[in-house]
Amino acid sequence: MTDHLLEVRNLSVRFHTAAGIVDAVRNVSWHLDRGETLAILGESGSGKSVSASAIMNLIDIPPGEITSGEILFDGNDLLQQTAEERRQVNGKRIAMIFQDPLSHLNPVYPVGWQIAETMRVHGKDPAEANARALDLVRRVGLPNPQQALEKYPHQFSGGQRQRIMIAMALALKPDILIADEPTTALDVTVQAEVLALLEELQAETGMGLLLITHDLGVVAETADRVVVMNRGEIVETGPASEVYHNPRDPYTRRLIAAAPGKGEMRDGNSQGKPLLEMKGVEKAFGSFQALKGVDLTVFPGETVAIVGESGSGKSTLVKTLVRLIEPTAGQATWNGRDLFAMSLKEMRPVRRDIQMVFQDPTQSLNPRMTIFEVISEAWRIHKDVVPRAQWRTRVAELLTQVGLLPDHARRYPHQFSGGQRQRIAIARALALEPKLIVCDEAVSALDVSIQAQVIALLDRLRRDLGIAFIFIAHDLPVVRDFADHVLVMQSGAVVEKGTTREIFENPKSLYTKTLLASGLDPDPEVQAKRRAERKELVDA
Amino acid sequence: MSRLFRQRAVTSLFSLLGLIVLVFFLSRLTGDPTSLFLPIDATDAMRENFRELHGLNDPLLLQFWHYIVDLTHLDFGESIRKARPAIDVVIEAFGWTFQLAIMTMALVAFCAIVLGSIAAFRVGGKFDRLVSLVSLIGASAPDFWIAIVAIVIFSINIGWLPTSGTGSIAHWILPIAVLFIRPFGLILQVVRGSMISALGSAYVKTAKAKGVKNTPIIFVHTLRNAMLPVITVMGDQAAALLNGAVVVETIFGFPGVGKLMIDSILQRDFNVILAAIMVTALAIFIMNLLIDVAYLFLDPRIRY
Amino acid sequence: MTETVESSQTPVLAEDEKNPVARLLGMLWRDKFALCAALFILLMVLCAVFGPLLLGDAASHQNLRGRNAPPFSWSNGWLFILGADALGRPLLARIVVAAQNTMMVASGAVACSMIIGTALGMIAGYASRRVGEAIMRLADVIMSFPSLLLAVIVLYVFAPSVGNLIVVLAITRIPVYLRTSRAEVLEVRERMFVQAAQVMGASTGRIVFCHILPVIMPTIVTIATLDFAFVMLAESSLSFLGIGIQSPEITWGLMVSQGRSYLVHAWWLSFWPGLAIILTTLSLNLLSNWLRIALDPVQRWRLEIGGKSND
Repeated sequence: MTDHLLEVRNLSVRFHTAAGIVDAVRNVSWHLDRGETLAILGESGSGKSVSASAIMNLIDIPPGEITSGEILFDGNDLLQQTAEERRQVNGKRIAMIFQDPLSHLNPVYPVGWQIAETMRVHGKDPAEANARALDLVRRVGLPNPQQALEKYPHQFSGGQRQRIMIAMALALKPDILIADEPTTALDVTVQAEVLALLEELQAETGMGLLLITHDLGVVAETADRVVVMNRGEIVETGPASEVYHNPRDPYTRRLIAAAPGKGEMRDGNSQGKPLLEMKGVEKAFGSFQALKGVDLTVFPGETVAIVGESGSGKSTLVKTLVRLIEPTAGQATWNGRDLFAMSLKEMRPVRRDIQMVFQDPTQSLNPRMTIFEVISEAWRIHKDVVPRAQWRTRVAELLTQVGLLPDHARRYPHQFSGGQRQRIAIARALALEPKLIVCDEAVSALDVSIQAQVIALLDRLRRDLGIAFIFIAHDLPVVRDFADHVLVMQSGAVVEKGTTREIFENPKSLYTKTLLASGLDPDPEVQAKRRAERKELVDA
Repeated sequence: MSRLFRQRAVTSLFSLLGLIVLVFFLSRLTGDPTSLFLPIDATDAMRENFRELHGLNDPLLLQFWHYIVDLTHLDFGESIRKARPAIDVVIEAFGWTFQLAIMTMALVAFCAIVLGSIAAFRVGGKFDRLVSLVSLIGASAPDFWIAIVAIVIFSINIGWLPTSGTGSIAHWILPIAVLFIRPFGLILQVVRGSMISALGSAYVKTAKAKGVKNTPIIFVHTLRNAMLPVITVMGDQAAALLNGAVVVETIFGFPGVGKLMIDSILQRDFNVILAAIMVTALAIFIMNLLIDVAYLFLDPRIRY
Repeated sequence: MTETVESSQTPVLAEDEKNPVARLLGMLWRDKFALCAALFILLMVLCAVFGPLLLGDAASHQNLRGRNAPPFSWSNGWLFILGADALGRPLLARIVVAAQNTMMVASGAVACSMIIGTALGMIAGYASRRVGEAIMRLADVIMSFPSLLLAVIVLYVFAPSVGNLIVVLAITRIPVYLRTSRAEVLEVRERMFVQAAQVMGASTGRIVFCHILPVIMPTIVTIATLDFAFVMLAESSLSFLGIGIQSPEITWGLMVSQGRSYLVHAWWLSFWPGLAIILTTLSLNLLSNWLRIALDPVQRWRLEIGGKSND
């Protein structure tokens, strides 16, 4: 009846939630063949992971309900099988790896035990399973395979943990591997390595790979075909490169347009006296040197981006600036005064000029305050900015300015989407009319299209209000259209700095080059070229 | 680990010393034991003699000094009431309490963990709702009232079980049953809550995707992760039991440390009070240490 | 680029426009268990406030002919529906009157220990490490101090009054709030919105009272509800052992104790006051479970949709 390895037909899943019935996916159909990579592309809430969960029998019923459709595997409909039959398929014939491997690995058992468990539950002899676990750990490239088996998940880095997940999933040579956002939250260089490993293993075993992602770059790097989902429906499907170059659906077009890194780059025009000058900033946590003498200069109205992977010290640097972390050495001159030499009390009036927007807007807004309280709190602290009588109108103005409605002032943070919350956080920062706003990974947690909107908002604010920005990101493309200057950091030191054009068109340090080559371009053809470049760099 | 031991020993010793000072002086606020132990018509000379014998005539600070000096020789003084070394009296009573506590806690831990885990796996189901209600009632019940009702039903009306004392196995049943109820209710709620959140965690999803069966998912993957908060609460409850279940011991005439404590307090047998405090403190100290070891064993992320 | 597309997709809960009290009552109405519990507590509070005024005389009027009158008999009037005690006093009236002392001791002790414990815990959590350690050691000493001894000392040195019993119980319960609030403060102070307030220039007082306190308050209130039940049991135990409230004052625990000698022939003397205790503590526990969810804006919806809440 079917020639495909796996075929999902007319699948509809709904959830019965507090807010009412939510149709997570409606009439979704796709198929996957042996040796092929299919990507399901979508933003959060698009339902891109739901069909995978249905395949793995991971949907809790209730509150979930599969209202229609069939999942054909080996010619049998999985949805008609018993729980026990489906358990036999899981892990053995179809395996799955997830985003955030730290929480998906059991923290209290050694990784060797967890890898071998996959085999034990499907009837392999324990000794044999252990021997095979060692082979697998070696194959996915963990250092010291023998010792690695005895270690616990928290003792590995993010990239290594994902390798462990892959080893666990491939233990029984499944026909299909489902990878749900396997490289989100990994550093770009690590992401490239993990994707390369997946591809190698696919070539070795000939399995079908289903990749669920929000990232056009990942699609360009790995996928043969792509399924684009929006609000529970498939809007477009086809070969990856064709979909990128000739998108038919307006949503796909918007998504592709939102990918960063295509606008005009800036050369930087620093004028007048520096607004902020940080010199020789050092910070040690015990014997660990997090910052090794960093210099940073910001001129009025300009944007300086700090780019680096996790552990590079970029966040520590700005936290010392706002004195959330006390630096061990160095100075930061602001208006001719050293911020580091001030007492925290003397610092208070200065704070009105330097505001901050944090990475995760869910956590940076007090859940028990209304939006009005969140924004007006700034004026309670700095009493001379806005007279009390005008608070309401000013909050309304600020909300309008960041693209929200004045009415929203009465609501609580949890009633907004992630992008809206970040707008609120920006409105709060604007309330004090600062001269400098520090954005600490302010767009990293947001969907691509929302990310583009927030960056456009920041750009407009900079033009209209002349505010200077320090913009921290772990990813280079994000800062390309927005920054005047870029600072690349690695292990607590600046490895390269220059205007945005200099960094992107003529990178000098090897690290910057690797970083640029590891970034994934949404265009499959450009990405193919970039992959070749990266290979050269790695080989060099 | 040895660093943890030393650190704990130092802080515990510090707290214990503060406690001894407080108890020593405050307990003497309740009055002079002389009038309680001598007959009403005792002469002044007899009273004087009694006071002299028990060192009650010295200034308070001097008495305290003597006590501490004796303590360094492991001499806990004499029980006025029993005319035996205080420490012997305490250890004898503590033996009873210890047995009672161990048996009760073992039973509580087993029942609460098994029932709580199963309830958590089928949240909102019939079994879950029944177990939750029972545990809530258990956690709300005053033990003295349960004891009385149990005596009326089982000892008086049916006549199955003895009302008080020790001796046969039957004597243990009612005290354990009554002591069981509250900790069972409290711990079951903690197990259930902790298991619900652990069953929702990502590694359970991974285990399901691997094809692991339900029973190992509950008892191998989840339970070990969910045990940390449970162990903390179990420790608190065990500590309360080791301190002596005063009410239950009094009602059932059980010669444990709780009954000894209240009798000694009411009769102003100061040395026994102090010795009892020190013995139970030591027991609780050891138990807390065991709990720390259990943490280490359960969660490899914990390092001391 | 269109910046405002997503404003249209805001998830809206219309409930927010309502006044918060009406909203809370609405949630209570939907959870029948919690509703019954709340009504029972309300009844007990009414008993505590008006009971002694209305039934004070009846509760202390001895009637030797009606000694240990059995329950469920209408012959002596409705006050005797639960039977009478050893001096022929109606048990129903006595339970209603005793509610006052029981409730007063429990609420007084809970209020005192909550305020003092939370304040100390917040200091321990937000002040320097050394101050925090000192406060925690103090809590250890209090925790291990035998509350019985404390009760006896107060009984002998001062009078065994309601006020003194409150002091005894409050002291023994302080560590509960102290530890909880300290642990919560240590966690909450690391949250990003606290850092955001610091960056904005908020003073320590503002951070503690406007950002940390409101976040930890629901936990504290939930614990206080639970603790109210615990303190009631503790007070009953003390009265039962004869080192709490003394006759002729009455509390439920004392009534259970007094009935103990007549257990064989008149079980009802101990049974009814005990039942009053267990129903009150059960209601408080139910209410505490409900409060934990109702006070959390993120989880509140569970109660608002009616249906079976899952926890």
